[in-house]
Amino acid sequence: MKRITATGVPRIGLIEFPGSNCDRDCADAFWRHFGIKLQPVWHTERVLPNLDAVLLPGGFSYGDYLRSGALAAHSPIMAAVKSFVASGGPALGICNGFQVLTESHLLPGALLRNQGRKFICKAVDLMAGSGESVYCRSLASRRLRVPIAHGEGRYHIDNDGLQRLRDNGQVAFRYVDQNGAATADANPNGALDNIAGIVSENGRVLGLMPHPERATDLLIGGSADGLAILESFLTSFM
Amino acid sequence: MNSSFSAPELSKLPRPDLIDDKDGASFTALLRKHKISSDEYAKILDILGRRPTLAELGIFSAMWSEHCSYKSSRVHLKRFPTEGPDVVVGPGENAGVVRLSGKLCLAFKMESHNHPSYIEPYQGAATGVGGILRDVFCMGARPIANLNALRFGLRTHKRTPHLVENVVKGIGDYGNCVGVPTVAGNISFDASYNGNCLVNAMTVGVIHEDRIFKGYASGRGNLVIYLGSATGRDGIHGASMASGSFATKDANERSTVQVGDPFTEKLLLEATLEVLEKGLVVGLQDMGAAGLTSSAFEMAGRAGNGLFMDLDHVPVRTAAMSAYELLLSESQERMLMVIEPHRWDELKAVLDKWQLACTVIGVVTDTGRVQIQHQGQLEVDVPVAPMTDAAPKYERPMKPRAKPEVDGSSYNKMVSDLVLQRGPEALLLATLRDTGDKEKVYRQYDHHIGTQTVLGPEEQGAAALWVRSEWADPSEPFLGMIAVAACNERYNRLDAYHGGAHAVLKAARSVAAAGGKPLAITDCLNYGNPEDPAVMADFSAGVDGISEACRELAVPVVSGNVSLYNETDGESIAPTPMIGMVGKISDVRLSPAATVKQPTQLFLLYPKSVKPEFGGSLAAKLLDQNGRQGVAPAIDWLAEKESMNFLREVINNDLVAACRDVGDGGIVTTAVKMIAKTDLGLTLRLQAKELAGFSEIERYLGELGGSYLLAIKPGAESKALQLAASLRYNAVVQAGQVEVSSVVSWGPWTTPLQLCQHAFTSSLV
Amino acid sequence: MASVGSPDSSEFEVVVQLKPEVLDPEARAIQETLARIGYDGVRSVQVSKRYILTVDDKSGQGAALVESVAREFLANPVSETFQVRKL
Repeated sequence: MKRITATGVPRIGLIEFPGSNCDRDCADAFWRHFGIKLQPVWHTERVLPNLDAVLLPGGFSYGDYLRSGALAAHSPIMAAVKSFVASGGPALGICNGFQVLTESHLLPGALLRNQGRKFICKAVDLMAGSGESVYCRSLASRRLRVPIAHGEGRYHIDNDGLQRLRDNGQVAFRYVDQNGAATADANPNGALDNIAGIVSENGRVLGLMPHPERATDLLIGGSADGLAILESFLTSFM
Repeated sequence: MNSSFSAPELSKLPRPDLIDDKDGASFTALLRKHKISSDEYAKILDILGRRPTLAELGIFSAMWSEHCSYKSSRVHLKRFPTEGPDVVVGPGENAGVVRLSGKLCLAFKMESHNHPSYIEPYQGAATGVGGILRDVFCMGARPIANLNALRFGLRTHKRTPHLVENVVKGIGDYGNCVGVPTVAGNISFDASYNGNCLVNAMTVGVIHEDRIFKGYASGRGNLVIYLGSATGRDGIHGASMASGSFATKDANERSTVQVGDPFTEKLLLEATLEVLEKGLVVGLQDMGAAGLTSSAFEMAGRAGNGLFMDLDHVPVRTAAMSAYELLLSESQERMLMVIEPHRWDELKAVLDKWQLACTVIGVVTDTGRVQIQHQGQLEVDVPVAPMTDAAPKYERPMKPRAKPEVDGSSYNKMVSDLVLQRGPEALLLATLRDTGDKEKVYRQYDHHIGTQTVLGPEEQGAAALWVRSEWADPSEPFLGMIAVAACNERYNRLDAYHGGAHAVLKAARSVAAAGGKPLAITDCLNYGNPEDPAVMADFSAGVDGISEACRELAVPVVSGNVSLYNETDGESIAPTPMIGMVGKISDVRLSPAATVKQPTQLFLLYPKSVKPEFGGSLAAKLLDQNGRQGVAPAIDWLAEKESMNFLREVINNDLVAACRDVGDGGIVTTAVKMIAKTDLGLTLRLQAKELAGFSEIERYLGELGGSYLLAIKPGAESKALQLAASLRYNAVVQAGQVEVSSVVSWGPWTTPLQLCQHAFTSSLV
Repeated sequence: MASVGSPDSSEFEVVVQLKPEVLDPEARAIQETLARIGYDGVRSVQVSKRYILTVDDKSGQGAALVESVAREFLANPVSETFQVRKL
């Protein structure tokens, strides 16, 4: 399905770090399903072009050295991304992108090593939390099947932080079982409160560990539920 | 780094001391350490016209090692059929290339990293993946799929759990970080590998037919550039280590293992593809086995030129490395490039973007020699052509093994009786435990990245990828690539000729079961000590068996690798010619999984000449048979080709829901694996008249030639059976059903489903 | 730039570890394995990362520099704590 608004095709910046490797998949998904060409922005740029939104893709930026996303968070481009977000700009961080967002303090919390200490690649079920963000509202009550592939996906935050997330409706997605319940068995990596993704206080920045760009065709993985998440992202600024 | 560089006046450079070949004992030790025979040394004297320097001796040792020169295998490998209408690049380059659709081609190859993985399994496996990735992207191909084939000793062997855990982690960490999906593979456990594990890694990449890049060092005056990680002491003599057997006393070879950095590899990958796309380089070669040495000689050799290099410019991690060490280090993630001098600035701009260090270390000459200076001395001055032309080429003696004396039928009867004694159901559970669910392994591999994986490791068969490329024929928008790796080492132990042919056939069957047409193969020929005439005979027979299968199936060999000396304390491994095959399906939406997800009828497609055998079977292995008696299922080429065509026809007509070739453990084991990850049960009732003359043990647990279990789509049965009616050499019959139940009912036996599932999922791997 | 071991530079050690309330599956796995393979008497295991920084310290500014590097970069304040020590 193609999306072209009255103001033209949305300009979405795709921030690329050395070691990002899901950038091509994101570009492919947005092009094939929405007719949107993502604009690559290299990490050494200090200024963002004129953009409607920013996307930080998955991968192993800087080889995950120091901590996943830690080195990327100090890239020159991140100052510009922080200003963009501070002025209300929407952003989506997927997997390593989510890690970069937490390391940049654009989202609260941290992503730690999976409880089982092993990399996990599998399809999981997600449900949107209750909140006012576009994600929670548009995806409420839908169980979404999206793949994860990570070694450091265990979401962690201190007790006060968790309370704030809950109070503000910032929990965007939780790992759930087939009945939509956030059980321990449904939690692939030990994340606190089964949290798979969160939004910023203003609801415009989403970070999530699962890969929606990998669930856009039934032919690939048997689920196109990722499209709904990407659509919500587009809705947030179009 | 300055882009101008010229070779100094070489006649003015002094040589370092030449080695002293008069001192008997220490000279003999020196040759032995370098694995150079006295004949080979005589050749070196002849080629150089003088004694060699130590660095030169090291170079000959590496370049003429088994691993690099294929000296024991070359005479046989030339018997492989390597040509075909879709072959774009055959053996001899970094990877083989075959046409897939339109201008879209597949570049692929398989390589072994067996010896390093036994010593340091994590890094050995990781760097194995790194090396094969480089071979593919060095040609300008973007890797789209990784596969791996692993062999370990018995699960109960004390080293096995450590090897398995770390090999898998090494493969996963490296492949995941570089961002290439690991989509298929195979693992098995056999006492034969107790002292020698096998790690064979395969990569498939995509490339445009007119943009395939080859590693030539051409153009006198062109610059030789070193790119990538700094050089350290890792892996010196890795090539010659891979060219020798292990003895328990050599347990301390830790220093020869290389350490990989997949982050740098990813940067190298992107930089290389960008640089090639922009046409900035003339020659490119990754530094693999024998490091800087082999890449220099290979590039110069292919171009018929010479090279001058100055080792003082090589970036180093460790101070005070000698010329010898610099030349033989196998530090990872490094490449050698040749460029025209005026392209230096553009090249540097790309490499700076990708944070890769690059240094000019030499220049192309027309001397026909590789000349290398270090700290004011001409350490190396060797003519290029004889390095390959005069490389040792052995015609090692062969003594084929005696044929087993027990004939097939008597053996089958004996094994059947043993099965009955042990209990057929106990044997079924044992076969399930032995083949084992691989979920614990593939969960650690990112198999989704690239968003092209249609059938991945969860589906248990060949991998199927939806290849989206603007270079493909636009009439194939759902173009599919099928890939698989296969080898049955038990059949090989029985008969190396048959085993070689069977490995190709097994791969082809998996491709056909996914609806694909085989295009070409690569191989990793893993054998024991070539100085053992029986092993050499096995190798030669394996090559002939593979060649026969390739001719019958019209599938050429386009690349490959040989790993010899897989032997410990005098015991060689079973012959293990691992075959990697790629195939094509026009519409990958039609590619069926090898597993069943809902209740359905099951059919068996089988050759009319079918004869179940226990020779080399899983059942026999589990009954502690020595694996050298009986016969493996005979190959009926007419039937095989007909059944594979039939499968392609019914699959491409959208009639098939699931399809799997009947493999280890026979029909019942295969059928249970098809449903083991669901909660569905199974009833098997084989109604094939050609099988009626065999006992039930043979029918269900015996292993068969070219047979497949099929689930037909609802409503499509009559059409499928109609197509089957015209089969001459094969037949299709009802075999049973997958249904909602808690048992597996097979012939007269009933085994609880839960026991089967538990057996399948509970083993180490 | 001052070279290692010169009067103008100093060596500092930064040790980073997870906060006590954060689950460390690696430390737990090590402890359990030790017990299982027969090393009785190991009561706890903590895993940390140790960085050695050699910094300019001509006018004693080294400590503040290291403290800053540790806080802003080497440790993630959400989940980790750190200690700095001059060597």
